[in-house]
Amino acid sequence: MTAPVEADRRAAAQLVADMPPGPAAWCSGLRKRYGKQQAVSDVSFEVGRGEVVGLLGPNGAGKTSVIKMLLGLVHPDAGEVVLLGRPAADPAARARVGYLPELFRYQPWLSPVEVLALHVRLSGADVPTGEQSEALALVGLADRADDRLGGFSKGMQQRLGLAVALVARPELVVLDEPTSALDPLGRADVRDIVLSLRERGVAVLLNSHLIGEVERVCDRVVILDRGRVAAAGSLAELLGRHELHLHLTGLSPAAQARLAETGHVEREGDWFTVALPADDVDTAVPDLVGDLIALGARVHAVEPARISLEDRLLGILRDGAGARQ
Amino acid sequence: MTTTRTVLTIAALTLREASRQRVLLALTAMTVVLIALSGWGFSRLAAESGGTLTSGEALLTASILLNLVMFGFSLIAALGTAFLAGPTLAGETESGIALSVLARPIRRSAFLLGKWLGLVAFGSGFVVLAGLAQCLVVRATVGYWPPQPAAALALLAAQTTALLTLAVLLSTAVSPMASGVVAVGLFGTAWVAGVVGGIGASLGNASVERVGTVSRMLLPTDGLWRGAMHAFQDPTALLRLGDEGGQAFPFLSAAPLTPSYLAWAALWVAMVWGLAAASFVRKDL
Repeated sequence: MTAPVEADRRAAAQLVADMPPGPAAWCSGLRKRYGKQQAVSDVSFEVGRGEVVGLLGPNGAGKTSVIKMLLGLVHPDAGEVVLLGRPAADPAARARVGYLPELFRYQPWLSPVEVLALHVRLSGADVPTGEQSEALALVGLADRADDRLGGFSKGMQQRLGLAVALVARPELVVLDEPTSALDPLGRADVRDIVLSLRERGVAVLLNSHLIGEVERVCDRVVILDRGRVAAAGSLAELLGRHELHLHLTGLSPAAQARLAETGHVEREGDWFTVALPADDVDTAVPDLVGDLIALGARVHAVEPARISLEDRLLGILRDGAGARQ
Repeated sequence: MTTTRTVLTIAALTLREASRQRVLLALTAMTVVLIALSGWGFSRLAAESGGTLTSGEALLTASILLNLVMFGFSLIAALGTAFLAGPTLAGETESGIALSVLARPIRRSAFLLGKWLGLVAFGSGFVVLAGLAQCLVVRATVGYWPPQPAAALALLAAQTTALLTLAVLLSTAVSPMASGVVAVGLFGTAWVAGVVGGIGASLGNASVERVGTVSRMLLPTDGLWRGAMHAFQDPTALLRLGDEGGQAFPFLSAAPLTPSYLAWAALWVAMVWGLAAASFVRKDL
């Protein structure tokens, strides 16, 4: 009698163990109002395990508010947050979360070694001092390890903040503008650190103004505008949209209509830029060119073009502004 | 991370902060100067009175002077802790130091309790050590030893605790400097109200007397201070000054504290701490 029960239990345990772990961070329907200002309205997204997600958007888009709501530093008016499989209302959900705030400041009366020891202790993780020193060395502070922070520059404090975010063996690292006070060398270091986190399967949520950085390291991007998710998706999804530059003359109204039918058209003299649908790139170009010639247009040049994340971001934000007007 | 461990970690951090700030240096310097001056004063008193003062007069003078110096200490402790509580809580939330700490898997109430405990240990430690040093100086110079030194020092510590709890509550709501200024201002106001109440009592004016009673209920620092004075002073000192004069005199206390008042003071501290926790837990950082 007991043997089958045991077997069932073991099978159930195996089933649970085999279940894919929930996302590193998940939020749904987050809202926050400060006075009359609706800072965040209905924001939902997730960061998968081991995934690097970029949070982009103009100033005041609500990026930092969203990050603070994920970490329980700001209380949402509505919405749910789950971190590493636990509801964020439980502080234990943050046990394996590292955070570098946008406003990075650490106790000026402590040394970097003491700050890291404090954070390791508060996180409840068992990290030997050797590993803590490695975290300091990783951000280039090994030779200032025992100096008081009072005399540290902003850049050095931000480097320390990065070490604080990484020291307690996190499974999710939230970096809010991690390069704002760093020189180009420091920015390259941060990029390398994020890439090495991804290699180790650590999820990263990266808020940065530096779109180039985001484009280089992120798997997915969430674009916030005025407190809403304006667009979200993998870089391939967001940037996969191809464009075509065409040099055309003798364009009849029918040919112009055929162009507009394909996608969004921008014109500069005789040069036209047409956005192509993502789904049938292979047939769209020959079909379009054939139709244009049949409609009497003279085709001088056809050049494929790929848009950058920056152009895409600006396009999304301008479209949003246009829609509001 | 267990809550107890969080509380102790934060308390130790707060103590370390206090010990590394200039505040400690300033506090130590003021205390040493005060003890040295009072030691010199007491020794002059002993030398010059020679035999002209009766032993009763000497006891009265020693009691008054001891209470006066102790008032100085409680003032230093009030200033010190109130101006530590502001920066350590409001200052840290304003500057962003609290952001990375509170993003750790800890409860805000545990963080607040740790800060409070560290401040209580610091403030109480200061008044008890300084007070004890003062009592020893008085014994060495004029041979006076207070009737209940332990109770007196404990009440001084309780007074400091009450004031810093108020400073903690204020610092969850207003800026670091404002919280210190308001806390010390209220402390002074309560003391003045207590003196006014004592004058009312000696004149037999019930409504003036009520000023002191009401203020002692609203902010128990003055009530606890009067209890401490009563335990420091010689029991016969009041008799010498006369009952009415004793009530009006700000550095002698007419009556010991009642257990119900002590219970009220404890409840007051718990309530104010609870308000501070409620305000801090709901705060958006």
